Amino acid sequence: MAQPQATGQQQTERTNGAQPVNGMQFGIDVKPGMIDVVPDEEARLIVRNVHAYYGEAHAVKDITFAMRSRKVTAIIGPSGCGKSTLLRCMNRMHEEQRAARVEGQIILDGENIYDRSVDPVLVRRRIGMVFQKPNPFPTMSIADNVLAGYKLNRVRAGKGDLAERCEVALRRAALWDEVKDQLNRPGTDLSGGQQQRLCIARSLAVDPEILLMDEPCSALDPLATARIEDLVKELSQEITVVIVTHNMQQAARVSDMTAFMLLGRMIEYGPTTDMFTTPRDERTEAYITGRFG
Amino acid sequence: MEVGDMGLPKPVARESVESLRSSKSLTPTRRSHLSDRIFFHVTRSLAVLVLILSLLLVFELLRGSAEARAEFGIGFIWGTTWDPVAEQFSTLPTITGTLAKAFLSLLIAVPVSLGTAIFLAIYAPRWIRTPLSYIVESLASIPSVIIGLWGLFIMVPVVRVLQIWLKDNFGWFPLFSGPAIFGVGVLAAGIILAIMITPIIAAISRDVIRTVPRAQMEGLLALGATRWEAIWKVVLPYGRAGIIGAVILGLGRAVGETMAVTMVGGNAFKLVTSLFDPVHSMASQIASEFTEADSNLYVSSLIYVGLVLFAITVVIEIVAQLMIWRITKGQGEARHQA
Ligand SMILES: Nc1ncnc2c1ncn2[C@@H]1O[C@H](COP(=O)(O)OP(=O)(O)OP(=O)(O)O)[C@@H](O)[C@H]1O
Ligand SMILES: [Mg+2]
Repeated sequence: MAQPQATGQQQTERTNGAQPVNGMQFGIDVKPGMIDVVPDEEARLIVRNVHAYYGEAHAVKDITFAMRSRKVTAIIGPSGCGKSTLLRCMNRMHEEQRAARVEGQIILDGENIYDRSVDPVLVRRRIGMVFQKPNPFPTMSIADNVLAGYKLNRVRAGKGDLAERCEVALRRAALWDEVKDQLNRPGTDLSGGQQQRLCIARSLAVDPEILLMDEPCSALDPLATARIEDLVKELSQEITVVIVTHNMQQAARVSDMTAFMLLGRMIEYGPTTDMFTTPRDERTEAYITGRFG
Repeated sequence: MEVGDMGLPKPVARESVESLRSSKSLTPTRRSHLSDRIFFHVTRSLAVLVLILSLLLVFELLRGSAEARAEFGIGFIWGTTWDPVAEQFSTLPTITGTLAKAFLSLLIAVPVSLGTAIFLAIYAPRWIRTPLSYIVESLASIPSVIIGLWGLFIMVPVVRVLQIWLKDNFGWFPLFSGPAIFGVGVLAAGIILAIMITPIIAAISRDVIRTVPRAQMEGLLALGATRWEAIWKVVLPYGRAGIIGAVILGLGRAVGETMAVTMVGGNAFKLVTSLFDPVHSMASQIASEFTEADSNLYVSSLIYVGLVLFAITVVIEIVAQLMIWRITKGQGEARHQA
C-alpha cells in the first residue's frame, strides 16, 4: 500500500523539487509530495506528521500538508478513513474525547498549536468548527444558540449589536428567512437541516480566522446546499476554510485544494482541478470515479 | 380497501394481497400478545396497590389526628405552645425548625454535591472516578444513627469552636447572635443533614451529567469556551430537570430525617432566630414523644404533626414537579434529537 504513494511522491519531487519546502525550520521529516504544493507564504495552517489515536486505535497516520490562506481545502475519502478525526485535531477538539491522543505538530501563524504553552481555548476562538452531527443547545433559544459563542468572550455587547450579529450570521447560513419570526423558540425545535445551518450560523457569529466544516451539507436540500456552497466561496475571500465532504461535485465546485484520505493516511493532496482531472495516484482516481468507497 | 381505486386489474391485486397475508401473516396470533397482556395487568395492579397504600396512609393520618384537629384547628400550625400537662398543643417551632435545618443543609449540600458530580462525571480520570463513585454511593447508605453519633462526638465540638469564632467576629449579624456555648443547634443539624444528603444528590447528579451528550459540551468548547463555561452554560442546563429532581430528593430526606438531627439539634421547643439556637424538628418530636404520650389528645396531636409533615413533603414535591415541568415544557420531544 505504501508503494504507489511513494511513486506519486517521487513524481512531485521531480517537478516541484526546486521550491522551498514549507516549514523546514521546524526540523521535522517532510513529505515533499504533500507539503510543497503550497508555497510558504501562502500557507496558513500547516499539519506536520500528525497522528491521532482513540486509545489503541490509530485513526490518523502521519499526515503532513498545508492549508492555503483564504482558500477552500476539501478533504475527501471513504467513510471511516479519518476525515473528522483529522479535522478535530486542527482545533484541538480531538483531545476532548476520552483516551484520545494527538502526536505531531499543527502550525498556525508560525506557532505550534500543540505546544505545551498554548491554551486550546484560544486556539478554538480562532479556528472555528461545524460538527458532522448538528448539536444545537436545547436549553437556548435560536437567537441564543447563534450568539452562544459570541457572548462568551465579548464583554458588554449592546443589544442592537447582538441582534444585528445574530441576523447577519443567520442570513449568511441561509436560515434567516425560515426562523426570523421564531427567534425565541428552542434551537432543537428546528428540522435536522435547519439545525445544521443553525450550527453553521453559530460558528460564523464568532468571526473565526479559519473555519473547519465537517460535512456541513449532509442534511440539506439542493437549494440550501447551493446557498451554503456560495457561503463557503464568499467566506474564502476573508478566511481559510477546510471542508469535509462526501460529495465529489461539491468538492470540485467549492474547493481550491483537495486532499484524499484512505485508511487514516493522506494519499494525495493538490489543486482541486489537478486532482479531479489528472490524479497522480490510482486509488484517488478509483475513488473519484466511484469505483470504490 | 377498494382495489379498483388503484386502477389495477382486480384479480391480480387481490391475489397479491391474499398471498401476502398467508405468507407473512400480519394478523396477530393470540400467543404473541399473551405476555404483553400479563405484563400490562401485573404492572397495573402494582400501580393500583401503591395508590391504595398511600390513600390508606393519608386516611390513617386524618383519622388519627381527628381529635387534635377538632380541638386546635388550623391554628395548630402557627401556635407556639406545646404543653402536655395543660394539654395545649401547637407546633410552629418544629415546623420552622424542620424547614430551617433542611434549607441550611441544602445551602451546604448543593454546591458540594454538584461539584463532586461534575468532577466525577467530567474531570476525574478513570482510576479516581470508580473508587470515588463507590465511596460516594456507600456514604449514602450509612445508618443515620451512626452519622448522629459521629456528629455528636466529633462534629459538634468543632462546630462549637466555629460558633465561638463566628460570634466573636461577626456577632453583630443576626444569624450569629444566638448562644454559642452548646455546639448543638441549627448549624450542627444543618451540617449533619448536609453530610447525609450530599451523597444522594451527588450520585444522582453525576448520573444525570453523564447522560448529557458529549457533543453538547464540545459544541460550546469549539466556540472558544473554557470547560467551566461549557459545564455551566450547556451541561448543567441540559440536565437541570434531573438535577432539580436530585436536589428535591435530598430535601425530602432532610425534612424527614429523624435520628441524627435529634442527636445534634438540641431539641428545644422554641422558635429559631439564629444559627446557634437549639432546634427541634417535627420528625424528632414525633419519634421522641410518642412513647410518653399518655392522653388521647397528646397522641392525636403527634399524629397531627405527622399530617403536617406529610403535607409539607407533598407541597415540596408539587413545587418540584412544577419547576421541572416549566423547564422541560419548551424542550419537549426535541430534546432527544440533540
Ligand atoms: N470516539 C471514537 N472512539 C474510537 N474510535 C473512533 C471514534 N471516533 C472515530 N473512531 C474511529 O476512527 C476512524 C476514523 O473515524 P472518523 O470519524 O474520523 O471517520 P470519517 O472519515 O470522518 O468518516 P465519515 O465519513 O463516516 O464521517 C474510524 O475507523 C472510527 O472507527
Ligand atoms: Mg466524519
